Amino acid sequence: MPENEFDAIVVGSGISGGWAAKELCEKGLKTIMLERGRDVVHVKDYVNANKESWEFPHRGGRTQQMIEDYPVLKRDYPLNETVLDFWVKDKECPYTETKPFSWFRGYHVGGRSLTWGRQSYRFNKWDFEANGKENIAVDWPIRYEDMAPWYSYAEKFAGIQGNRDGLDVLPDGDYVKAMEMNCVEKDVAKRLQDIYKGSRHMIIGRSANITEVRPEQKRTNCQYRDRCWRGCPFGAYFSTQSATLPAAMATGNLTLRPFSIVTRILYDKDTKRATGVEILDAETNKTHVYKAKVIFLNASALNSTWVLMNSATDIWPDGLGSSSGELGHNLMDHHFRCGASGTVEGYEDKYFYGRRPTGIYIPRFRNIHGDKRDYLRGFGYQGSASRGNWKRDVAELGIGADLKEALAEPGAWTIGITGFGEMLPYHENKITLNKNKKDKWGLPVLDMDAEIKDNEKKMRQDMINDAKEMLEAAGVKDVRTWDNPYEVGMGIHEMGTARMGRDPKTSVLNGHNQVWDAPNVFVTDGAAMTSASCVNPSLTYMAMTARAADFAFNELKKGNL
Amino acid sequence: MERRELLKMIAVLTGTAMIGGDLLLSGCGQSPTIGGTTFSTDDIRFLDEVAETILPKTKTPGAKDAAVGQFMTVMVNDTYTKDDQKIFHEGIGKLNDASKEQYKKAFLDITPEQRHELLNKLNKEATEYNEKKSKADKESKDKKMPAHYFTMMKQLTILGFFTSEPGATQVLRHVAVPGKYDGCLDYKKGDRAWG
Repeated sequence: MPENEFDAIVVGSGISGGWAAKELCEKGLKTIMLERGRDVVHVKDYVNANKESWEFPHRGGRTQQMIEDYPVLKRDYPLNETVLDFWVKDKECPYTETKPFSWFRGYHVGGRSLTWGRQSYRFNKWDFEANGKENIAVDWPIRYEDMAPWYSYAEKFAGIQGNRDGLDVLPDGDYVKAMEMNCVEKDVAKRLQDIYKGSRHMIIGRSANITEVRPEQKRTNCQYRDRCWRGCPFGAYFSTQSATLPAAMATGNLTLRPFSIVTRILYDKDTKRATGVEILDAETNKTHVYKAKVIFLNASALNSTWVLMNSATDIWPDGLGSSSGELGHNLMDHHFRCGASGTVEGYEDKYFYGRRPTGIYIPRFRNIHGDKRDYLRGFGYQGSASRGNWKRDVAELGIGADLKEALAEPGAWTIGITGFGEMLPYHENKITLNKNKKDKWGLPVLDMDAEIKDNEKKMRQDMINDAKEMLEAAGVKDVRTWDNPYEVGMGIHEMGTARMGRDPKTSVLNGHNQVWDAPNVFVTDGAAMTSASCVNPSLTYMAMTARAADFAFNELKKGNL
Repeated sequence: MERRELLKMIAVLTGTAMIGGDLLLSGCGQSPTIGGTTFSTDDIRFLDEVAETILPKTKTPGAKDAAVGQFMTVMVNDTYTKDDQKIFHEGIGKLNDASKEQYKKAFLDITPEQRHELLNKLNKEATEYNEKKSKADKESKDKKMPAHYFTMMKQLTILGFFTSEPGATQVLRHVAVPGKYDGCLDYKKGDRAWG
């Protein structure tokens, strides 16, 4: 085979790209994975993983120089000294904002699989049915039953810790031994159980951290350092580097090419198939072409759509997959940054040991099981209970030895919960190509035009009020609420813009993630999402990617691609 | 993403939000200012003694053992806006003036007891000022009252000390690799908090 020819091309190396590469390679396909940024070698390149607070000159904070250099990242917590390596340099890769949009990107091998929150939940059956039933956007072309075996498959390989809680709103999966709630969380969970008579639940947050050693994957169980997003030297959380990349490499079928910006998919209008991709080498600025029979687009939701928009423009001016008029539309995220917290009395004789890398989760309870609100869909909460540390306010103690001694001991127990709400897919929430602005490589950038609307705003009121009500009902004192400004993108769960559907006239992808207009091009990252649910989406991307890769391989064998 | 950290990050230190490159203050619209003015070695000695008065050596290390004076200068230069830097620098003079007024001596020349008494007074002054500031800031959306220099010094002392090696490992308890989690550990009064 000529050196630029492969069986399959995977564009992107994050959570879904890693899965695509692993699955395709394991099926025997010679695969090249193209990553626009630098390589990040497992363990070796986790430069901050073992640093202690005093080894950071600003103790993990942010400097004025960082604020100047990162005009987007500075808008929320991701900008800090401990993980700066794993975020894109904002100024090299600008975008424009018709409406405010925060885009937090990781351009390197592993993408945001290195920095993700690791919360791993299945969508439930209502999530796949809601659009169709409520006449919102278009119906998902798949149902929970289509996904269930692939969720299991993804969970078993990735390693998700959690309990089988038996809740239909949050389907159980194949988990490793769950992490433990602390005594205050257990107490609050029990009180909520009693007060709401089983209609609201607090469970341990299911997360992609292994609690049992996995020699076959060369992964050690979680050491409770809670420094996941600096990269884990134990490989204890799922990332491309810890899990999918080594599996793909082990087959001998993978070629990884960093610094490869895919600029377009090459399309043959006679065969109605993609023939390969064109890349720009980010270091040399030279153009290269790679050919393959199958292309998986996993560049992260908005960049996958960007690639499509730049492809086959001689046939469709707005790009490959634009014939429906939906390419770039129906952009979603999860809205959050509101909730409540308070103080828990008692338990002064209890503390905790270790830094647990997950919190608690309260699954959705609104607009389900007969509940009816003046908005559609719902939200879940993430949070945790903890004892106060030296950062707490002890203003009354003033200064001196008393202050030092007081801060050297833990404070009262506190508990806080933050809502994560579903955002509906609105056609007018969209991204477009802005050809008037160019990035460092002279490529056109995206323009963002999205906002939350009445449905989300009404939901936020419930997210705040319900948080307060539940904490107070559970006996939490001094409950205060917060509602910090949210702009689309801050959830770092970009979804939609190349949605799946049942009809090529109203969707970009079919039920197997194939671009309707180019069946050998598969999009299996957030771009494919038809609706957002309120649960964290990454596990769904993993399952969806494995499912599509299996389908692609079978179609290839049958000669259909 | 450690979103749960958000809760901790919005927790208040010294009754007011963290000054400097904090996410609550560095939102859109505010343009950063880069580079600071130099601090002299005398300034660092001065700040060391201020910090030591706030968190003194007892049976365990104090702020000077953690080189908090030097840390403060790094933080002021790198994370403070120009306006805040000015307040901090002027604060050194103001603190010294307060010492001269009360004890007829510069801050470095008064006894540890006198330093404690003086800073206690300044702490009360700053606390009262912050109460007024918090009320006024709530009422006026765009314009915030400037921070109090003593609040800056106290915040940086607490931050610098408890994140330092002596602070985190000898005053607090620190385990780099806990290896396990126990959510219901017995605790008795006097046991130190985790660093």
